[in-house]
Amino acid sequence: MEAGGLAPSSVRPVVVRPRRQSSASWPLIDRVGYWLCWATGIALCLIALAIVVFMLVKGIAYLRPALFVKSPAPSLQQSQSGGFLDPIVGTLIITAIGTLIAAPMGVALAVWISEYARPRPLARIVESAIDVIAGVPSVVLAIFGLLVFSESFLGFLSQNAVNGSVYGRSFFAAGIVMAILALPLIVGSTREALTQVPDRVREASYALGKSRASTIRWVLLPSIRPQIASGIALGMGRIIGDTAIITILLGVTLTTQGVGGVPVLGTLRGTGSTLTSYVYNNSPAGEGNAPQKAYAAAFVLLMVVLALNALVTRLTGGHDRGGQLSALRRALTGRRRQWSR
Amino acid sequence: MEPLMPPPVRRIAVDRDPHVAPPAPSPNGAAASAVAPAQGRRRLTPPDPATVRERMRIESVWLAYGENWVVRDVTLPVRQGEVLALIGASGSGKTTLLRSLNRLTEITAGAARAGAITLDGEEIHELEVNDLRRRVSMVFQQPNPFPMSIYDNVAYALAEQRPARGRRRRRTPQLERAAQDALRRAGLYDEIATDLDRSALRLSGGQQQRLCIARALAANPEVLLLDEPCSALDPISTATIEELIVALRESVAIVIVTHNLQQAFRVADHVAFMHLGELIEYGSSEQVFDRPAQQRTRDYISGAFG
Amino acid sequence: MQRGNGRREDQRTERMLGALAIAVLVLIGAMVVTVFVNAWPSFSSNGPSWFGPGGNVDTQLRAMQESTPLPGHDISYFRAWPLIWGTLLTTALAVVLALVVSILAAVFLTEFAPAPVRRTLEPVIRLLAGVPSVVYGLIGILALAPLINHHLISTSRKQSVAYVVQLNGADLTTATVILAVMITPIMVALIAGALQSVPLPWREGSVALGVNRWRTIVRVSLRTARPAIVAATVLATARALGEAIMLSMVSGGRGFAANPLDGLTFLFEPVRPLAATIVEQSEGLTIAPLAHTVYAMAAVLLVSAAGLSFAGWAAKQPLKRHGIRV
Repeated sequence: MEAGGLAPSSVRPVVVRPRRQSSASWPLIDRVGYWLCWATGIALCLIALAIVVFMLVKGIAYLRPALFVKSPAPSLQQSQSGGFLDPIVGTLIITAIGTLIAAPMGVALAVWISEYARPRPLARIVESAIDVIAGVPSVVLAIFGLLVFSESFLGFLSQNAVNGSVYGRSFFAAGIVMAILALPLIVGSTREALTQVPDRVREASYALGKSRASTIRWVLLPSIRPQIASGIALGMGRIIGDTAIITILLGVTLTTQGVGGVPVLGTLRGTGSTLTSYVYNNSPAGEGNAPQKAYAAAFVLLMVVLALNALVTRLTGGHDRGGQLSALRRALTGRRRQWSR
Repeated sequence: MEPLMPPPVRRIAVDRDPHVAPPAPSPNGAAASAVAPAQGRRRLTPPDPATVRERMRIESVWLAYGENWVVRDVTLPVRQGEVLALIGASGSGKTTLLRSLNRLTEITAGAARAGAITLDGEEIHELEVNDLRRRVSMVFQQPNPFPMSIYDNVAYALAEQRPARGRRRRRTPQLERAAQDALRRAGLYDEIATDLDRSALRLSGGQQQRLCIARALAANPEVLLLDEPCSALDPISTATIEELIVALRESVAIVIVTHNLQQAFRVADHVAFMHLGELIEYGSSEQVFDRPAQQRTRDYISGAFG
Repeated sequence: MQRGNGRREDQRTERMLGALAIAVLVLIGAMVVTVFVNAWPSFSSNGPSWFGPGGNVDTQLRAMQESTPLPGHDISYFRAWPLIWGTLLTTALAVVLALVVSILAAVFLTEFAPAPVRRTLEPVIRLLAGVPSVVYGLIGILALAPLINHHLISTSRKQSVAYVVQLNGADLTTATVILAVMITPIMVALIAGALQSVPLPWREGSVALGVNRWRTIVRVSLRTARPAIVAATVLATARALGEAIMLSMVSGGRGFAANPLDGLTFLFEPVRPLAATIVEQSEGLTIAPLAHTVYAMAAVLLVSAAGLSFAGWAAKQPLKRHGIRV
């Protein structure tokens, strides 16, 4: 950058580059805090890496391609026999049911809360209700679901138990309750995205004579597609990771046991297992005692979570400078909005 | 070519002069008296020579960010009892120079400095940095009061000087007195005396900026650095703060960076004009505004660029 | 310009969506009501001492399962104190531990960590926040519990309580540690996010006043991040309260009230929180007294979750005064 008539090279004096501010001059209590921070940070790194490395090592040690295609088989030689094909299928079915129910419902609810919200007290109550669901432990949802699905009029969703009463446990039952679990995350993400769409977009659409419904359908929702997708991905993550609902509502058969003759419906009315319940069962806390298979299945779960995280990153990466931390934060805390409309 | 005239200054009735007659634009290049606001009585009375003493000295200072030299070979004195204004176009390095006076440039990685800056004879690089910043305080362009009460804001830096011995001790009589003093010096005390516990964010823009000045004054600094303090404020608040600056110059050395030539004219005793990192001209404000020695200074003041 | 159509379409949509919202509301309401209705018999037959101590929880539950009442009591006899105590202990200890670690780690992440460290750590924390609880349970029971069993619990300690309970590494400490590890990533994520959004003028202003970096962080950044810290704590406590599966794997499975008076052994005694008990008893829900008891436990959990939400909201109110965005 040459300007004026100075010849820098001949008169450039010795350059002093400032050192990073050292903490040596701080009072003792500040220094203690500083070093505690560093220590905690390093400990966090180590523990995080330890967990990841441990799961990787164990998983790779016990993971064999055969596991993916074989069904669980009861046998004395637990570590050698069977695989987790059924659990994988189970996970897929549950996630599909849960997402298919929760996604449209979640988006619709978010749209109603954000764009319509009349009468106001009702909207506030609904918002609180969604927050309540977010805070309810999944066990409570699960046993509530059990109660509901054990009613005789819902017997078509599951099967009849030996003593004639409704069994109440099936893929349908578990899937529907999983949808309730994922709902707050989808609603939170979508609402957050909707509040960030500037009002002038809506006003422009109304000024062209479009109704509110059209605006929502053709203008707003398409513009927040990535955030909706990321909310759905977060919901899927929660569904995949939950075990309590599966244990209570899916019956404890390792393999998929269909009911009745109808091909798809029969499976959905039947019982089975998912990766999470498989891990639980194979651990010392469950029935079996095959930690190797538990590790392998846990490793697969980890990979799925990793893939979902990467997906969420891709979806929100362009819009969100704070990264995933913000996406998670927004979906989980879902700030209350000012009722300006 | 006819020099362009800066727009006439119309004063809002805050001081004793009700208004100033806007100057007639001079038809030909009488560039020597190019500064229109020279008409009318200036707000400033010249400083009392007895109170003027040199506080800081900037000697052949070069400043760089990464590979770019942003300030080149600047030498300036900073004196208590008078106001030094740094003027220049954007990118002239005046803000960087200001920030180097309290070593705020060190926050940015890759900043480098050459030359000497001394405070009361001591090189500031040798001093403990937080100590230095208490002696050389800074007020920023945007008012930035903390999200706390007014009292807490003013006492913020003060409480640091003693080892914190529990929150309850914060409101000692000494601290209270010091805070009140600072608020009085900043001209804010009378307006808010009853309500020191109010949130500082509820004040108006001008009040917030005066609060920031009070906060900076609370530790009794020797030098006060002002980085375009009025650029975000309305004219009335601006006038109030300019009066404040003039009143404060007796007790604190003041360096103000400003984009606003008229403001520099109103408040400064000495003016330093910088362009692209170099110090083009330094002198008393009468000399620089009425009889600029350098052509570039003349161009800037008459508005040929900026 | 089909104004008429548009308006009708709007009304239709609004009514549909409103109906959906009401349906969801009805669902939640039904859930709460059902749980309490089904819980009532257990509360009414035991009275307030449902929450108190009195006997072995496991025997009481088994008695209900087998429909043979315990001598001297009726079939619904239940004293939940060991479970409540277990829940309180694990939740409180884990949350306190996680809170301290999370704040320090979040400060480290946003202020002191060198850029490459931060870049690797952020995705790792995200990953850990999403790991299912079974995996944590697995690590707990297969890695941590044996570690504690072999290295931290001496044989003499085991013998000292052998007449009451077996110490085998699946205990309060393991449960607390794993629970803390489980809730820390989310807390770090929330708090770090809030620290990053502290406006720069505040931080710069504090540094320019001669306040050193650490104090600036504590007095300005953390203060501004307080709502996020509160939210993170509430979230973490809710998760800890409701954690059933992981805790049922590692906390020892015995309805035993860990006794602090046992000294250090206290840390190694098994506990069983409420949520874990619900999972373990879920098979027998067809038997009336057992079902009522389980629903009673669920009701307790529901009330605590609601109480937590309220506490979180209440804790944020005073912060609004000073313009901290909550």
